[in-house]
Amino acid sequence: MADVLLEIANLHTFFYGDAGVSHAVDGVTFSVRSGETIGLVGESGSGKSVTALSILRLVRPPGRIEPGSRMLFEGRDLVALPERELRAIRGARIAMVFQEPMTALNPVFTVGEQIAEVVRIHSKASRREAWQRAVEMLQIVGIPAPAQRAKEYPHQMSGGMRQRVVIAMALVMNPALVIADEPTTALDVTIQAQILELLQQLQGRFGTSILLITHDLGVVAETVSRVLVMYGGEIVEEAPVRTLFADAHHPYTEGLLAAMPKLGEHRDRLRTIPGTVPPPTSWPTGCRFHDRCPYAWERCALEHPPLYQIGDRHVSRCHLAEEPERRQHPHEPLVVQRAAQAGSKA
Amino acid sequence: MPLLTHASAPADALGPLASASGRPAPSDPSVTARKRRRWPSALWWSLALITLLCSIALLAPALAPYAPNEQLDIIRLKSQPPSLAHPLGTDQYSRDLLSRMLFGARISLSVAMIAVCLSATIGTAYGLLAGYIGGVVDAVMMRVLDAFLAIPRVLLLIALLAMWSPVPLPMLIVIIGCTGWFEVSRLVRAEVLAVKQRDYILAARALGAPNARLLGRHVLPNILNPVLVAAALGVGNVIILEAGLSYLGVGAHAPTASWGSIFFDGSEAFQSTWWIALFPGLAIVMTVLAFNAFGTALRDTLDPHQLAGGSTRR
Repeated sequence: MADVLLEIANLHTFFYGDAGVSHAVDGVTFSVRSGETIGLVGESGSGKSVTALSILRLVRPPGRIEPGSRMLFEGRDLVALPERELRAIRGARIAMVFQEPMTALNPVFTVGEQIAEVVRIHSKASRREAWQRAVEMLQIVGIPAPAQRAKEYPHQMSGGMRQRVVIAMALVMNPALVIADEPTTALDVTIQAQILELLQQLQGRFGTSILLITHDLGVVAETVSRVLVMYGGEIVEEAPVRTLFADAHHPYTEGLLAAMPKLGEHRDRLRTIPGTVPPPTSWPTGCRFHDRCPYAWERCALEHPPLYQIGDRHVSRCHLAEEPERRQHPHEPLVVQRAAQAGSKA
Repeated sequence: MPLLTHASAPADALGPLASASGRPAPSDPSVTARKRRRWPSALWWSLALITLLCSIALLAPALAPYAPNEQLDIIRLKSQPPSLAHPLGTDQYSRDLLSRMLFGARISLSVAMIAVCLSATIGTAYGLLAGYIGGVVDAVMMRVLDAFLAIPRVLLLIALLAMWSPVPLPMLIVIIGCTGWFEVSRLVRAEVLAVKQRDYILAARALGAPNARLLGRHVLPNILNPVLVAAALGVGNVIILEAGLSYLGVGAHAPTASWGSIFFDGSEAFQSTWWIALFPGLAIVMTVLAFNAFGTALRDTLDPHQLAGGSTRR
């Protein structure tokens, strides 16, 4: 097996707001191997984006990475690294692709200048060399006539083109890891597929590891080898992608899979998971998913489940691992029952 | 009407393989559209007027028929109304008003423009730092600013300028400049707070840009437009301010001519020698108008929506 590139252990990122402490990321542990693509999946508010920002320590106050968190990257602990050394890693060894290509580019510079800037920050290249690198990179990410397009401003480009530019900026220093935070969410469906394909191509070419963050399991299925499912600031299930689709264990993952519309299947209504992600200032006691879970029983409200080993490289944070027979008796989740009670009283 | 926007869309749809074959891009109409983007007419005429005023000021020694402070004939040419020999008349000391006006333009315009540049620079630097650093530093810097803003500017100026008598011109410029940056820095700080939250700032940080670079290359250029507009509008204000200070006896001093000092010389005897006050008054009004029109037109031109949308927004 390839060696481990990034090892995150016990990552806690809290936000100290007026409404209390928000436990946005609450004990996340996972690792990324060289050349691997892994997916980080969850609803809005599950803590995936904060996890991504934490890796590069880009979380702004009042957010803070708690002591005790560890992020080993190429043998160095990112949590303890001085800001100066961290800057040398950002963009050069670990790069990020953001969700909104509309806003992730500076409107007052040409795209070529912006790619060249990354080169100039991280190497002693001359202006001319950096510019040539930029044009070359635009060619690699599939922008036709790159020498001309490099002189254009972001507002002159379409969303798909801009996302290619953002990817070019991320890859120009040939980083070991690219964190792609919902890279296709803001794009048209046809462009989405192209961007994913591009990411895969580039990974094959450069051997980059990719941490793909998304709420879209469809995206994950086509692209990644391993999936982490996040809920309530924790990882609730981790499995190779085939295992996850064939044999999901955690009821939350089940819910996400069921919410995906399937080809050829007729439904009058799309299925959803009832309720919403609770606010990170007050996660429910016990299992954080228990009030939305169709199998939850008393134990779930009392005892916080650990990550149970389900199979080969497959773990799940659900007590069903110990009491699998409970899966035979689904019921209305607590949130639905409560809503019904409130309704009958009124 | 969002038609004709992204000329790149069809090229985009070709996917990554298109570039591998080295196909030339279809010529991009948005490039030429950008070059052809028309400036509003107000920008043209105000800029033309400002250029005219500046060249008059620069060429004053060549254009003026007499020396500005020369008393031609205190008996016969005192307080002459406009005539062919003296197109704008003469003042009570028999000095040629046209010559004084031309040289006065140098003082009025240079004081106003240099002082405004100074305030804009100080204000931008102060606002940038406060907004970017944030937290306690920001709070302290802003309270200091509040304290400055609590003092009426004219009183502050009189107090400071009264230390010299007469005031050397460079000192006048420095003092006007150093008392005019408070509003600019508030404006800049507010802009910085907004720009700081933009994704491209986060993206630049994620790519390893150090703070100085973030400030200079990513924040500053994106907050400059409102500063330019405020500066253009500020020139008009300072011209009026300088005129007022001259009237109060703490601005440009006799016999040096500035539009303000000539105007207030003439205003004492407006009913008998109306021309002495009228022409500098008109010059001030025209200049202020030109700079205000320029500032407003500049704001409309630099509006990011018009930049981004090309012809889509009106």
